[in-house]
Amino acid sequence: MGIELQNITKKFTGYTALDNISLNVASGELVALLGPSGCGKTTLLRIIAGLELPDAGKIILENKDTTNLPPREKNVGFVFQHYALFRRLTVFENVAFGLKVLPRKERPSRTEIRDRVEHLLKMVQMEWALKRYPSQLSGGQRQRVALARALAVNPKVLLLDEPFSALDAKVRQELRRWLRKLHDEIHVTSIFVTHDQEEALELADRIVVINKGKIEQLGTPQEVYDHPANAFVYNFLGNVNVFHGRIKNGKVTLGSHHVDAPDELKHAEEKPSQAFVRPHEIGISRIRSSETDLTGTIREVRLMGGQIGLNLACEGFDHSIDAEIPRELYINLELAKGSTVFVSLNRVRVFTGDYVI
Amino acid sequence: MGLFSIKRGNILPGFGLSMGYTIFYLSAIVIVPLSMIFFNTVPMGWDPFVHAVTAPRVLASYRLSFSTAFLAALFDAVAGLLTAWVLVRYRFPGKQFLDALVDLPFALPTAVAGICFATLYSPVGWLGETLTKWNITIINSATGIVIALVFIGFPFVVRTIQPVLEEVEQEIEEAAHCLGATRWQTFRKILFPHLFPALLTGSTLAFARGIGEYGSVIFIAGNLPMKTEIAPLMIMSKLDQFDYAGASAVALVLLLISFSMLLVLNAIQEWQQKEYR
Amino acid sequence: MLKEPTSETAPIVKKRVSDPLPIRVVLIGVMLLFFIGFIFLPLGLVFAQAFQKGWAFYLESITESYALEAVKLTLTTVAIVVPLNAFFGVTAAWAITKFNFAGKAALKTLLDLPFAVSPVIAGLIFVLLVGSRTPFGSWLGEHGIKIIFSTPGIVIATLFVTFPFVVRELIPLMEAQGRDEEEAALTLGARGWQIFGKITLPNISLGLLYGMILCGARSIGEFGAVSVVSGHIRGQTNTVPLHVEILYSEYNFAASFAVASILVFLALLTVTLKVAMEKQFQKNSFHH
Repeated sequence: MGIELQNITKKFTGYTALDNISLNVASGELVALLGPSGCGKTTLLRIIAGLELPDAGKIILENKDTTNLPPREKNVGFVFQHYALFRRLTVFENVAFGLKVLPRKERPSRTEIRDRVEHLLKMVQMEWALKRYPSQLSGGQRQRVALARALAVNPKVLLLDEPFSALDAKVRQELRRWLRKLHDEIHVTSIFVTHDQEEALELADRIVVINKGKIEQLGTPQEVYDHPANAFVYNFLGNVNVFHGRIKNGKVTLGSHHVDAPDELKHAEEKPSQAFVRPHEIGISRIRSSETDLTGTIREVRLMGGQIGLNLACEGFDHSIDAEIPRELYINLELAKGSTVFVSLNRVRVFTGDYVI
Repeated sequence: MGLFSIKRGNILPGFGLSMGYTIFYLSAIVIVPLSMIFFNTVPMGWDPFVHAVTAPRVLASYRLSFSTAFLAALFDAVAGLLTAWVLVRYRFPGKQFLDALVDLPFALPTAVAGICFATLYSPVGWLGETLTKWNITIINSATGIVIALVFIGFPFVVRTIQPVLEEVEQEIEEAAHCLGATRWQTFRKILFPHLFPALLTGSTLAFARGIGEYGSVIFIAGNLPMKTEIAPLMIMSKLDQFDYAGASAVALVLLLISFSMLLVLNAIQEWQQKEYR
Repeated sequence: MLKEPTSETAPIVKKRVSDPLPIRVVLIGVMLLFFIGFIFLPLGLVFAQAFQKGWAFYLESITESYALEAVKLTLTTVAIVVPLNAFFGVTAAWAITKFNFAGKAALKTLLDLPFAVSPVIAGLIFVLLVGSRTPFGSWLGEHGIKIIFSTPGIVIATLFVTFPFVVRELIPLMEAQGRDEEEAALTLGARGWQIFGKITLPNISLGLLYGMILCGARSIGEFGAVSVVSGHIRGQTNTVPLHVEILYSEYNFAASFAVASILVFLALLTVTLKVAMEKQFQKNSFHH
């Protein structure tokens, strides 16, 4: 097992940052910690690295209990959100730092250090920048140097704290594909923290969704996206329409409409419920195809690249509904602001409980 | 957890050592010596203390120190605001040179400033000669003290306003112009309220410095009892007579005033941060 | 001055809305008048007075033995005070900026305390602490140690007066730089001294130098505090500013201003260094 976390708890004055977190990461796995800001994900990462101490719990790296080891002896690579490159050292000296501070007996020779640094910089495609200073590099380049620096000490695990969040959209996408490729080559056990669901879905082998210091769900991107464990996960993984209603006699109210309750809630007693529908899971048609279709008017049209976003006012619903349809369909149906359309809710997920958005 | 105790999660090394040395050095150089003022005043008892600090000569020196420091701070507020404005807003040859010279009063030993002003305004000095013809006496008067204190306090005001003025966004002014405000209205209603906390901070610093100032003042003041004796000089003359308790008493009052001004300054800065961040 | 710009693009030089020409001329004129009266006239006066009796007298005034003794004492004081306060400044800034602890704000206020104290009081407190009429002072005297009216007194009073200069420069600088680089070094296996020597110290070197220059300038020029503890013994406890005062009070104006001109020269040097270093700061902060 690469990383084993057992019952990690961390309290700061006034709130609990991490509440009894247990998590296993297999060797060579790439895992995302996903959650809103302030949910505790960065604290968890810093605890694994030894940069914070947990109030309770155990951290086991490669079958060795490292809970009370100082960060120096943990042998983890850490990549910081804002790179944290040493500003007075060149790129070469940055990457070589971890090797040069080793005790004399363990320190590789000068040529070995040079070879290793050059190899790493080649791997992150930064070999041309050997003599540059961090201030002479762009954000994306700095983050790649930071990654090479973290890998230089042959870490048992690699920890990345929101590694792409300080970069602009295009560089971010490029860099995360590149990171996935790199991980497939070197297979070091890795955890990265993100608040961007797209990033987590695209990059990770497994996703850990965290909220308010607790794990909400753990699974492959497919599992988490298709079978969200609860309303929070569903909502956090993408845009969504929420309908507050009641569940009663196996039926769920959605405005003035009803749909069948999911199997596990068929026999539930009457209670408040929320129904969720993703915008792209809403069908738009000029013809009524089913009696459960809603009648709506297009209030707003938004161009969103290949998709068109529609804001609909539907009969019997207090709140407007957001839908996304392909551009072609929008053109074929000759839709425009003010058009009247029939709306079908293709995939409704129902949760009960007191979760409030 | 007591004062200065570490919170869990500080992982960098060296806290105990660096904090220990900080506390030790701070105590040895600042706290313990300063506390001597209290230890020398307390045994006096209340009545002798009041007697010492309300003696007519002492009261006159307080009055003089405060009024001259206040007038100098007021003058510095105007001159400093003007200078900061010109240095930030205008381009003209020699600007960088003047900007650098603003710091001269910081860097120039106060005794040198003192003999300069005393010589400049002496009845045979460059400025004194003319002024004497017009029957204006600067030397050996409160006016001379104010002049020395204006010099000392000047950089405090300029250097606190400058950064604030540099950060004012041009868009704010342009927006005001677009809304039809005149230049003067824009300054009075938009810029001045924005600069005011910095102006207040700078002048308070100049004022506080002026109350305690010694070197630049004593040469021009003439040190006439009841007329041009500043409070620090009173401490000096009590020390010369080995009246340690009396010197401590006068110093204690001065210290308490300076410290309360430090607190006022902190309050201004907090208020400023709340208003503008 | 030391803020880190967030965007990666080069800074745009703003073109300001400027005031009409007449207003500009008047304001610049008023400012020049102020500068002439308060800066240029005093500066000019120092040199005019210093050379009123010619070059030979000037040279003699600044090379006679009492003047040289005063220079020696002042340099000794600076050589002790600046390293001590610099070492303290780095230590205290490390404790304050790299760790979280209760009472941090109070500690920072305490560090500024000497700025709020009149120089005369700064001298007085050491007379009260170790003067020959105090219990501690007389005990020291019995063991042959003299502090007040001798060099140690001058050093310790100067230490007090210049106490905040270095630490005050370093705290905002190190707060702006954060702890990321030190934490990164820690995860890469560096030890405490390696982190400090290879990462922190190079990052703060410019700010440290800046603080030391300000500290040094004030150490050279301090008058009030030193005046209280020195005893004005010529050739023994006379610093350069005290020497200027003595010559002046003896109506030896030419000599007094001649010695003062050295101090003026040092002040101008300080101001020039200050400007040069601030430019360097700006250049650095644009790069990061």
